[in-house]
Amino acid sequence: MVSLWVYLVLAAALFSIGAFGVLARRNAIAILMGVELMLNAVNINLVAFWRFVRPDGGSENMFGQVFTVFVFVVAAAEVAVGLAIIISVYRSKRSVIAEEVDLLKW
Amino acid sequence: MVALSEFAPIGAMLLLAIVVGLLLLFISRILGPNKPTERKSAPYESGMKPIGPGTRRLPVRFYLIAVLFILFDIEVIFFLPWAVVFRKLGLFALVEMFIFIIILLVGYFYAWRKGALEWE
Amino acid sequence: MNIEITFETITFAIFGVLTLAGGIGVVTTRNLIHAALYLIVSLFGVAGIFILLAAPFLAAIQVLVYIGAIAILIIFGVMLTRGMTHLPERFNRQGGLAAVVVIGGFVVLLVGVILPVWGPNGAVAAEAQPIFMTTRDLGIALVDKEQFVLPFEVASVLLTAAMVGAIAIARDDESRD
Repeated sequence: MVSLWVYLVLAAALFSIGAFGVLARRNAIAILMGVELMLNAVNINLVAFWRFVRPDGGSENMFGQVFTVFVFVVAAAEVAVGLAIIISVYRSKRSVIAEEVDLLKW
Repeated sequence: MVALSEFAPIGAMLLLAIVVGLLLLFISRILGPNKPTERKSAPYESGMKPIGPGTRRLPVRFYLIAVLFILFDIEVIFFLPWAVVFRKLGLFALVEMFIFIIILLVGYFYAWRKGALEWE
Repeated sequence: MNIEITFETITFAIFGVLTLAGGIGVVTTRNLIHAALYLIVSLFGVAGIFILLAAPFLAAIQVLVYIGAIAILIIFGVMLTRGMTHLPERFNRQGGLAAVVVIGGFVVLLVGVILPVWGPNGAVAAEAQPIFMTTRDLGIALVDKEQFVLPFEVASVLLTAAMVGAIAIARDDESRD
């Protein structure tokens, strides 16, 4: 039986990898991929806690899975709009490098 | 009770797919004659000489179609569990799903009016 | 700490390695198409983890929606921004600092939270419960008026807003292009 903390360690490692991608990559699409990794780490945590620390079964204790479902929805919306923004920026600046997109900086 | 052993067929299928795929690649690498010429290793464009770089930018239209696909694909997440318990919940669940679909249809009609569904 | 080698631990090890190796591939590969393929490997590993956690519906959704739609959309995004696929520099100036911060955060999380609270000798004991028919329970939870009806309907508003936003932002304006 794999215990809860092993899943939590896995999720923490995946989250750290994704966070590194978000902080350090230059290409905006690579940053989006890092965000996807972080969301997946959160999903692992949600489902693991649902599996291990709920009082009993039944439809009243589906919080972990329901939250995961909404994370899926938010991830899809985020990728759709995020990539649309990146494509739009690429069209006007011919670049998707995050630090070169600085029109709003002062 | 969900037991891990119930997923053994899926695991076996995955293993089989990986093994067969690798085997096919491996066999053709070993048994097939390998005499590349410049024309043979060029990208295939129906016998024509390749024109332009192979890494041309795709038109944005493809992206719009993909976005519409993804947002309607997401509905599966809600439709499937809803359909599993539909008989048990009856009219209330039906009304809920209708509201859900009507709100999504607003976006669909927007895409339609904006011409995101037209190819030329 | 003794690890018993069972079917479950072996499966967990395989999918865990897939998840983490795919993740490392995503953040370190120079070619973005390859990074997207590594992302698919990582997402597939997470799907396997979901099966181990007795959530087969979420695993199926992970493969259908995440790999089948989101990863494909990212590949489309990569192909639409050609010329940016191979950057000579992968990481920005703060790359080294980011690595230190992230590794430090991981260690703090591990030593400070996960192991003392949930670990083998942790403060909170957690036992897996037997689980029946989780897809049915999920369906009831999503449409039951005592539970998640409102988020369920709001999700469709979010999807509509995302659809309208993505089309409005990404569309070619004939006058401009």
